[in-house]
Amino acid sequence: MDLTYTDEEEEFRARLREWLASVLPGLPPKPSPDDWPGRRAYDLGWQRRLYDAGYAGLHWPADAGGRGATPTQHLIFLEETEKAGAPYVGANFVGLLHAGPTIAAEGTPEQRARWLPPVLRGDEVWCQGFSEPDAGSDLAALRTRATRDGDHYVVSGSKIWTSHAEVADWCELLVRTDPSAPKHRGISWLAMPMDAPGITVRPLRTLAGSAEFAEMFLDDVRVPVANRVGEENDGWRVTMVTLSFERGTAFVGEVVACRRVLGELAAQARKNGRWDDAVLRRRLGRLNAEFRALWRLTQWNVSEAEQAGGVPGTGGSVFKLRYSHARQELFDAAAEVLGVAGALDTDHEWTLDRLSSLSYTIAAGTSQIQHNIVAERILGLPKDRPKDLQKGGR
Amino acid sequence: MRFQLTDDQRALRDGVRDLLAGRFDRDALRTAVDTPGHLDRALWRALGDAGFFALCLPEADGGVGLGLPEAVLVFEEAGRVLLPGPLVATHLAAGTVPGAATGESVVTAPAGELLPWRDASDVVQGDATGAVPLSSVDPLTPLHKLPGPHAPRSPEAVLLTAAEQLGSATRTCELAVRYAGEREQFGQPIGAFQAVKHLCAQMLVRAELARAAVYAAAVTADPVEIATAELLADEAAVRNARDCVQVHGGMGFTWEADVHLHLKRAWVRAAAGRTTRETEEELAAAL
Ligand SMILES: Cc1cc2nc3c(=O)[nH]c(=O)nc-3n(C[C@H](O)[C@H](O)[C@H](O)COP(=O)(O)OP(=O)(O)OC[C@H]3O[C@@H](n4cnc5c(N)ncnc54)[C@H](O)[C@@H]3O)c2cc1C
Repeated sequence: MDLTYTDEEEEFRARLREWLASVLPGLPPKPSPDDWPGRRAYDLGWQRRLYDAGYAGLHWPADAGGRGATPTQHLIFLEETEKAGAPYVGANFVGLLHAGPTIAAEGTPEQRARWLPPVLRGDEVWCQGFSEPDAGSDLAALRTRATRDGDHYVVSGSKIWTSHAEVADWCELLVRTDPSAPKHRGISWLAMPMDAPGITVRPLRTLAGSAEFAEMFLDDVRVPVANRVGEENDGWRVTMVTLSFERGTAFVGEVVACRRVLGELAAQARKNGRWDDAVLRRRLGRLNAEFRALWRLTQWNVSEAEQAGGVPGTGGSVFKLRYSHARQELFDAAAEVLGVAGALDTDHEWTLDRLSSLSYTIAAGTSQIQHNIVAERILGLPKDRPKDLQKGGR
Repeated sequence: MRFQLTDDQRALRDGVRDLLAGRFDRDALRTAVDTPGHLDRALWRALGDAGFFALCLPEADGGVGLGLPEAVLVFEEAGRVLLPGPLVATHLAAGTVPGAATGESVVTAPAGELLPWRDASDVVQGDATGAVPLSSVDPLTPLHKLPGPHAPRSPEAVLLTAAEQLGSATRTCELAVRYAGEREQFGQPIGAFQAVKHLCAQMLVRAELARAAVYAAAVTADPVEIATAELLADEAAVRNARDCVQVHGGMGFTWEADVHLHLKRAWVRAAAGRTTRETEEELAAAL
């Protein structure tokens, strides 16, 4: 057991810090949350800087254009960028964190050459078209149809909760290519160009007030067969690859951010007198333990992945479960620190964070589904009835 | 950074697990329950021979010369099997109290307002004046109550106790999962029902978070990390034992099932150090 970083890792950290200090002051101001074109430009601009400095796709394999860095170096990257207040991955989330890695793992050489460099360079944005109105937790119940017509698929159906759909160039899309096959067998994974005719995107407002995600209506959209990643009807296996990346390291930087917020809460409470409330103070103390331990658990999981050759392990679900609830408790505590009026004022960042924290136990697989995954896949408990319920869980 | 067990640490853990399986199996546990207050001296010496107490003593002083991370792994194993006796106090007395390192002497010490195993011990390290016997809730830990004020426990004592709590939390999770896979109701194993499944999943999550905290505290020996480990390991041990009782249904409420022993010991260990309130205050002060 060792928590010290190697000389090489420390050198990597030092160089990164130096670079961040040199580049962050020159960044343009952050666009407002409702300015979608502005947000796209801002996020892509940041990605471009990372690319130019050699930090793009750090955790991607070298033969996919990545830096082939170790999981620990990726951890250091996420830690340092968050500490320095660098922009968050934002609109590049899907491309960098799961569509890209999926294509790197499952795509043909042509597909990798077509899609991976633009993600790394910050030229193209991806979104995730998995969920449907009637297929959320039971993802394999999806109904969007794709019928072969020569060298194209003709796709019809609808998707929902698609984050960043409004600004995306590509969509990792799950479609049903064989309606007569058992639910998990007739699915394929396609890369759909978002400018194809027949796609309508309708923004959905979240409870936090912003339009983070959208509904997507697909009406005879033509997608080249060459855009299919993996075999026809073998898309469920590819989907599992995508979901393991989605839960892998996606929240690491956020734990660092939560620890910073916790420090700010304490400072604020000391200033405004709320610190005298022993119940609140102890609640913050407990959160200190919670986030410290979550950070240690992250280091444990990353070390484990490193020993396993870079593959994210089952620790992702364990981590996601505890983290998503801890985050909600953190911003509930923030409301206590802000006091009655402050907690109801959406001009305050913490109030918005409190609202958006509600999504953490839902997005990327609800807590109920994560509990099932932990119980069945890690603890080996028997599956639910009916039979196909568990396999469909995201 | 390699925050994983090394091969040597793995071997040490497996070795201790084998030793305890041989020397303190379920029969021995139930014998101990049936003879409250009696400490098995032969077992104590066997632990001494195996280096249990001399683990962290420098080799020059006849010890094994290992560190806190190794001690934590060993105490985790002790916690798994509910090994009785003032293990932490004797371990920490190695090198200062003659015979402690080898298991010839049994050493106890005050832990908060409690003094465990006073009558069965050879040496009490610390002030035991005014100790009054309690009728201990844990049949495996005789207790005296001490008048205040109480000296704080050493950071090592707090951490090793947290390691025992971690072992117990892991064990009750395993017991619950095993039972949930075997016991059938409504024509299927109860573990197929989500209400049961989710209890088990929460037990694993609690134990794993506590593990990360305890191991990190062992590596850093940092006081705030130790407080973190203490808080999360106490919570994991107590909550997991309660959930384990629940998963066992009526069987869980019997004296026969071992799980009540885990719960009671977890309560005793949690009470042995600072109160939850004090630990939370320390963690708040560190913000
Ligand atoms: C902010 C946000 C962003 C998102 N972004 C995307 C995106 O970009 N692309 C995308 O494809 N999807 C996205 N999603 C969708 C997300 O993955 C789904 O919302 C999620 O998987 C849950 O599905 P659902 O909403 O249909 O809920 P349902 O599946 O209808 O679940 C409703 C309730 O029932 C419970 N439930 C369902 N099945 C079970 C079961 N078997 N056992 C126990 N309880 C069960 C759930 O836990 C939940 O509490 C996003 C969601 C959010 C909130």
